[in-house]
Amino acid sequence: MKALSRRWKIVLGILAAGSLIGLSVAWWLIPPGALAFAGGTRVALDAYSGPNPTGVSTELKSADAVTRGRYLAALSGCQICHTEEGSAPFAGGHAFPTPFGTLYSPNITPDRRTGIGDWSDADFLRAMHKGIAKDGSHLYPAFPYDSYALMTDEDALAIKAYLFSLKPVRQTPPRNTLPFPFNQRWLMGIWGAVYTPSDRFRPHADRSPEWNRGAYLVEALAHCNDCHTERNLAEAPNNRRKFGGGIADGWLAYNITQDETSGLGAWSDDEIARYLSGSHVQGRGAAAGPMAGVVDVELNHASQADIRAMVAYLRSIPPAAGDLPAPRPTAAPDSPRAEVAAFDNRGKHVFEGACASCHGWSGASPLTGYATLTGSRAVNDPSATNVASIVLFGTERLTPQGRIAMPAFGKAYSDAEIAAVANYVTARFGARGSHLTAKDVAKLREGS
Amino acid sequence: MIELRVNGEAKSVDVAPDMPLLWVLRDVLHLTGTKFGCGIAQCGACTVHIDGKPVRSCQLAVGALGNRAITTIEKIGETPAGARVQKAWLDLEVIQCGYCQSGQIMSAAALLNSVPHPDDADIDAAMSGNICRCGTYVRIRAAIKRAAAEHA
Amino acid sequence: MLDARTSRRTVLGGLGATVFVAGFHVPRAGAAGVADMEPNAFIRIDAQGFITLTMPQVEMGQGTYTSISMILAEELDAAWDHVKVEHAPPDETHYANPAFGVQATGNSNSIRAFWLPLRKAGAGTRAVLVEAAARGWKVPAAECRTENSQVVHDKSGRRVAYGDLVARAAAMPVPTDAPLKDPKQFKLIGRSLRRLDTPVKTDGTAVYGIDALPPGVKFAALMQSPVLGGKVAHVDDAAAKKIKGVRQIVVLDDLVAVVGDHMWAAKSGLEALDVAWNDGANAEISTADIWARLRKASERDGAVAKTVGDARKALGEGDVYTQTYEVPLLAHAPMEPLNCTVHVRPDGAEAWIGSQVLARVQRAVAKAAGLSVETVVVHNHLLGGGFGRRLEPDMAFVAARIAKQVDGPVKVVWTREEDIRHDVYRPAYHDLLSAKLSRDGRIVGWKHKTAGSSILARWLPPAFRNGVDGDGVDGAADVPYDIDNLRVEFVREEPPGVNTGFWRGVGPNNNVFAIESFIDELAHRARIDPVAFRRAHLGKTPRLKAALDLVAAKSNWGSALPPRAGRGVAVQVAFASFIATVIEAEVDEAGEVLLRRIDTAVDTGTIVNPDTVMAQLQGGLIFGLTAALYGEITVEKGRVQQSNFHDYRMLRMDQVPPINVHLIRNGEPPGGIGETGTTASMPALRNAIYAATGVALRRMPIDRTLIAGARR
Ligand code: FES
Ligand code: FES
Repeated sequence: MKALSRRWKIVLGILAAGSLIGLSVAWWLIPPGALAFAGGTRVALDAYSGPNPTGVSTELKSADAVTRGRYLAALSGCQICHTEEGSAPFAGGHAFPTPFGTLYSPNITPDRRTGIGDWSDADFLRAMHKGIAKDGSHLYPAFPYDSYALMTDEDALAIKAYLFSLKPVRQTPPRNTLPFPFNQRWLMGIWGAVYTPSDRFRPHADRSPEWNRGAYLVEALAHCNDCHTERNLAEAPNNRRKFGGGIADGWLAYNITQDETSGLGAWSDDEIARYLSGSHVQGRGAAAGPMAGVVDVELNHASQADIRAMVAYLRSIPPAAGDLPAPRPTAAPDSPRAEVAAFDNRGKHVFEGACASCHGWSGASPLTGYATLTGSRAVNDPSATNVASIVLFGTERLTPQGRIAMPAFGKAYSDAEIAAVANYVTARFGARGSHLTAKDVAKLREGS
Repeated sequence: MIELRVNGEAKSVDVAPDMPLLWVLRDVLHLTGTKFGCGIAQCGACTVHIDGKPVRSCQLAVGALGNRAITTIEKIGETPAGARVQKAWLDLEVIQCGYCQSGQIMSAAALLNSVPHPDDADIDAAMSGNICRCGTYVRIRAAIKRAAAEHA
Repeated sequence: MLDARTSRRTVLGGLGATVFVAGFHVPRAGAAGVADMEPNAFIRIDAQGFITLTMPQVEMGQGTYTSISMILAEELDAAWDHVKVEHAPPDETHYANPAFGVQATGNSNSIRAFWLPLRKAGAGTRAVLVEAAARGWKVPAAECRTENSQVVHDKSGRRVAYGDLVARAAAMPVPTDAPLKDPKQFKLIGRSLRRLDTPVKTDGTAVYGIDALPPGVKFAALMQSPVLGGKVAHVDDAAAKKIKGVRQIVVLDDLVAVVGDHMWAAKSGLEALDVAWNDGANAEISTADIWARLRKASERDGAVAKTVGDARKALGEGDVYTQTYEVPLLAHAPMEPLNCTVHVRPDGAEAWIGSQVLARVQRAVAKAAGLSVETVVVHNHLLGGGFGRRLEPDMAFVAARIAKQVDGPVKVVWTREEDIRHDVYRPAYHDLLSAKLSRDGRIVGWKHKTAGSSILARWLPPAFRNGVDGDGVDGAADVPYDIDNLRVEFVREEPPGVNTGFWRGVGPNNNVFAIESFIDELAHRARIDPVAFRRAHLGKTPRLKAALDLVAAKSNWGSALPPRAGRGVAVQVAFASFIATVIEAEVDEAGEVLLRRIDTAVDTGTIVNPDTVMAQLQGGLIFGLTAALYGEITVEKGRVQQSNFHDYRMLRMDQVPPINVHLIRNGEPPGGIGETGTTASMPALRNAIYAATGVALRRMPIDRTLIAGARR
């Protein structure tokens, strides 16, 4: 599976930010905080009258630190970014390619030499909250410490306890390949100073306990903002369009605001909850790409109450209008004779050979709901970015019904063919056909 | 125990619900006419009919089947389209090694059920998901047309 | 008829019936207590008149069971509808292929190699039956004739069925020099008879190796070291053991296998295993290394396979044209993934498989199980494609090693991923060709150096002589063109990190591709039409010239085509068949190739079953086109990167154009046909693209980026 998050403009942004600090700051460069939209009164944790919204799910409240840490680490997505495919979990080495070079996630197993085995609690907290490593170097914000900054010390240290309970793995990730000036880590310090909240999560006094719990889970742990909110020139989430859609590892992370057309406004609570729990939701398409890992490796550990809390929180996000059309709700005709207007016949040829067996001519898979195209956001996205990506790279789901995978066709099919089949699929099953070209696919292939 | 309806007979099998139908047919029910070729729905060798529609059994979990009718190559000859296809296959000597042909015949029979007189585009659409490594495609096309022609 | 039900019963129940019990067959008493007549290793006649033919060559789709039966039945004058066939057991004494000296089916030589032995077997048997009837009637044998499984004495109007002669004939000596039929009298040979193996292949009753179900069989999936030569370092099987249906985990030094109640349990168990490997010496090998070594090797002088005149001198001065051509590693990917079922007992073993090399399978199982060869029974089956992959017994060896750890029979099935990643690949070859043209466009000097694996050095060592692999230069040493000064060399260079072996089309695949591509470029340099250029050089090969003329006429060679479309021609003498092929193809702006039509003219001498010849050409062409368009195995960090049909792509039905096969009939001895189409299609397509775009591709598979946007 591909990396979770890739901010190709990170360094450029940081440079821009750095040069602008001290000058009159354009308002758009410093957007409001992640929770600013909620308004109201924020209070300190111990001043909050409701149940404590931080920590683990209710059932685990009295568990030991390692157990609690495992839960929190799962919801925070540590494993996905700190694991290289085919090698030991948490041992790092996962690549984050950027146009300037490649970043590699570090080993966070308790190996003393190559991992974090010699980190003190204070070291760990400083990394989680300020993005500064034990040796004092600034971390690249591919590590989402701007979100983890909201996490309580207790929760962060539970995660540390969990990580320290793992078997130490001796593995040094490859060195980052960023050239000057992008390798100047001190620049990250400026970024961190501007964009990282200085205090931990503070509950909203006038919101429900469930909402506050959801806010903590979504913002401090799951860091949905990281992908689902577009970034400004300084590579900071533009919270004026919070959750209005962003980019994750070359894939589009779609609008998850309450917008009826482009976002989740038309989804029921139950649909969102089941989607986040890893189930297939009829008529909504299945998580794929980076989101597949999020639901299958992270969120499937969440308790139902916590999932509900996340739904409650997501429901409060103001709609951000997008340019995505409402998904076409109905299946395509079941007969291949019902043709669609695509650029050329090539898309149909690829589809009939490699795709129709699983996805069906109607888009309703005869094999598994996870392969049903009807209603899928990706298929109803006229940019077809995610459709082309899934054809190129495939996807794997570890569902309650077992492992389901789509193979990666990128090696054997040309850019022209993949563009053609993406255009065919969006035209046949989606609201509006795409106009992807071979060049577009070539770019996706390079992972830009 | 999972209850299945295979070729008109009720079968109960003690397997996990996520087990693909292919292996239930081959290894539990010993209906070995349905073949394993790829396991990823790319070759069509494992094609069976579920309620008359062609489906790749290697990716079809048995737990979800319920009472739907499963028809395999062993009994497709008892359907009119299946019998016509099998006859045309023999008349035109389609088959070489034969390993893909259970799947080819199942796909072709399903095609004739839904489109009695298919043209080349219909045949492409219905048959391109079935790989034949021996390269019998030219004859498959001709045999489908022959089978369709025998359908008055 | 191939009696599938009996075979099923045999396989399922282990009953000692005759049909398909490959192993030892015990002469059996018929209904009337009359022993069967067994005049030779191929023919058995029972008192009911049923004639059972034992197939010395295996059926993998090429139609050989039918063709062999036709030859035997022809000389025997057997009633065609009373003929049954059965698989031969491993037995190199009786069933060795005369061309190899080994019991093997390959190199498109079944009919070539067995043509005379089978005819003699049929004729000898017929002679005995005639003699038996004549004695019974007390008439001279010369007055008797045969038809339809009967001996007829026209003078007296008497006839007797073969079945009724069995009791007497069984004890009579069989002549080895009985006269063969005059081909003019052939009744079966030359007719498109229906294949014997197809009825069971239409209704799911055919039994392939993968369908064997001996009682109590368990199923195993395996994972071999992803890097060739790697070893298992550590296995954690805790999760695998928890899976329902998993019975046993077998860990050997270079592989792990999970045995279960069915393949799903085995596969799931395998996926749940946590295996660490010691990759060993090949861990850093990549395709680039393989090519670099091959290119370097090609700089060496090769072993001389053939010289005519003085090529060095002829090429010594003036305008010499030199080019290199390369073909990649290829997997076989037969539709039936590799498999073998083995039951190892303390005192012997039994194996169920479809193999091109039965006796080698028997020895491999014996070796793996630590048993003597005679105690190993091998049941052969129909093959779901061979293409050369099943000329290796490795799958039987591996299965037997696993079975040795298991109580009872175990069916070891390769997943497609395992099948593709642990193939014995078609070697990569690097060919260097040089030629000089005279002013009037004649080739006056020619040098061809092929660098690549020597498969024969491993597979049939005596055939590797003086550094020359006869297969590696097949099609090159005997280049069909009139060239006065010629030199052909072979450089053996084995690739690291992969095994290499025969692949449909074997040596000629590479050589015909290189030569026919080069010839097209020479024609272009001489400004002579590619057909005319070839024709001018085919004086000493009139059969090929005739095929070329025929295909040129049938394909409308020279007539106008739309822009970006072109025709390519390729000719070859391979497997003793003379074939000329024209492919018409179009290349679109994106570099995608559209196949428009294919014509091929075939002179394969005496044709046993014309329809089978046509089918083999059609199938062989498609097999080669798949390779030309998509086929390439690559290696990275010692690991084969392709795994299944999504990344090792196959031509599909909607890409295949009309294929017209034009048969040339004559009375020459039969040639081989199973691989010829494969050999023909790659250069013909390449040359069509050359004609359509002006781009001279010199590597397979076709690189679409090189021809995108190009136009002639
Ligand atoms: S085995 Fe199911 S499609 Fe290939
Ligand atoms: S007949 Fe052999 S794969 Fe189709």
